[in-house]
Amino acid sequence: MTIDPNRIEKLKQKAKEIRRLIIQMLCNAGSGHPGGSLSSTDLISCLYFDILRHDPKNPKMPNRDRFHMSKGHCCPLLYAVLAQSGYFAKENLMSLRKFGCILQGHPDKRAPGVEVASGSLGQGLSVSIGMALASRLDNIDYRVYCLMGDGEIQEGNIWEAAMAASHFKCDNLCAILDYNGFQIDGRIEDIMNLEPLAGKWQAFGWHTIEIDGHDIGKILEAYEEAKTIKGKPSIIIAHTIKGKGVSFMENVVDFHGRAPTKEELCIALKDLE
Amino acid sequence: MAEALYQRDVYGQTLVELGKSSHNIVVVDSDLSNSTRTALFNKAYPSRFFNFGVAEQNMMATAAGLASSGKIVFASTFAIFATGRAWDQVRNTICYNDLNVKIVATHAGVSVGEDGASHQALEDIALMRVIPNMKIIVPCDGPETKEAIVTAFNTPGPFYIRLGRAKVNSIEGRQKFELGKSYKLYEGNDLAIIACGIMVEAAISAAESLKKENINARVINMHTIKPLDKDAVLDAARQTKGIIVCEEHQISGGLASAVDEIVSENNPAKVLRVAVKNRFGQSGTPKELFKEYNLTSDDIVKAAYTLLK
Repeated sequence: MTIDPNRIEKLKQKAKEIRRLIIQMLCNAGSGHPGGSLSSTDLISCLYFDILRHDPKNPKMPNRDRFHMSKGHCCPLLYAVLAQSGYFAKENLMSLRKFGCILQGHPDKRAPGVEVASGSLGQGLSVSIGMALASRLDNIDYRVYCLMGDGEIQEGNIWEAAMAASHFKCDNLCAILDYNGFQIDGRIEDIMNLEPLAGKWQAFGWHTIEIDGHDIGKILEAYEEAKTIKGKPSIIIAHTIKGKGVSFMENVVDFHGRAPTKEELCIALKDLE
Repeated sequence: MAEALYQRDVYGQTLVELGKSSHNIVVVDSDLSNSTRTALFNKAYPSRFFNFGVAEQNMMATAAGLASSGKIVFASTFAIFATGRAWDQVRNTICYNDLNVKIVATHAGVSVGEDGASHQALEDIALMRVIPNMKIIVPCDGPETKEAIVTAFNTPGPFYIRLGRAKVNSIEGRQKFELGKSYKLYEGNDLAIIACGIMVEAAISAAESLKKENINARVINMHTIKPLDKDAVLDAARQTKGIIVCEEHQISGGLASAVDEIVSENNPAKVLRVAVKNRFGQSGTPKELFKEYNLTSDDIVKAAYTLLK
């Protein structure tokens, strides 16, 4: 598949804008999770600005594709793409984590475009199966996308869901795994190794697609490939860099859950020019 | 002689009836569909039934996903697993999102019998009661089970409906179920007995015994634990010499605690509790276990004398 270079270039720019927003939001909030927001920015920008069938002016459109951010702590990314898409005014972004705001510290339905709240890890794949089954029952053709973190899939609930999605042949379900290799306490391989990872999902009956999660062309191809898979769910295992795009955050575990200071913000914005 | 019914039979039959007119009902279970009787729904409408195997956490979170897409979901398993194993899914995904998931759990309490302590949920009301948005019903018999299920179906938001394993006699003089509105099965102003579920029958029988001794006990069927009928509780506190709360649940956290909270805040009165006193259950027949755990009508009568002493 050849993808129009203009399409890729446009998405690259979009992703850069999203990263700039994420860093600004987090600096302003004074707390939050930059590492995993930045590592999955390319994946989710491609979804919202290219792949998803959605209408920000009509967030409840029955045949909209669903996106569920199971790793809810990366909501700065979700809020940025929602605002950029037009679900709510961009001014809201600077209210992240503030009292009385619609942008809670983890996704909440107060924010237009958030389908289901998340934050307690390991439950989103199940929620997405529910949405996928509802599509079948209602005979409305939509796809469901679910973003999971690599640390998150250490939760047992994920593997109950992995079994169920393939049992129920949820081929309108596409899971996205942000495999950045870090969790709060350190490297995944040191804390609780996931490998062999693709083999695990295959053994559970899933179609697996492994890509570089920062290669826009490959991301688009992966989403298109997943659409063609029938009779089983798909998972895109995206190898990513935690903190991608900000020099001093890349692969630094401390930035899993620490916001940048004002000085750091200046450097980060320069990196993202 | 009153008719004896399995509440779960009534539950399964009611689901089938509701499923006829509403295509929006979806039923989920986790490998206990024959025991919970959701199998009846599966037989009638297989495309709207999903069995998740032995995986309650996944079942509850998937139920939330279905409900978020407009479905009215009935989720069933044993009370111990519905409320214990999947508590975080119920709290964070079903209740936080205020989704239309009706958890109808069977096999609550020591009346489970021979299976023993691991399967006898005695903490489930406490676990569900503390979660915002959750409504809780403990029906006393078969007919009330049906009305509770229909009410949950017609009322948006999450519900926890607690059913037993054993057959229960239908209560004579039962009134039509109204969410959050209790009623008196026996009038009296000497003391008030507030009961739910299987304990309602024991409460009536205790009131009958007390009447022979010229003690007039008021018996209240408190079928809705949340939202609690505060007026009925406060009337009982004000108009009688004290309250006895009866439930097949741990002495802490359930109906008795809910009554205590209202009474102590508004109109301090003596409240005695006929409930399981901080112990696990064990194997035995329901009859043997009710005696061992002091949940009989004799125990209620004893409590009445203690209260009036």
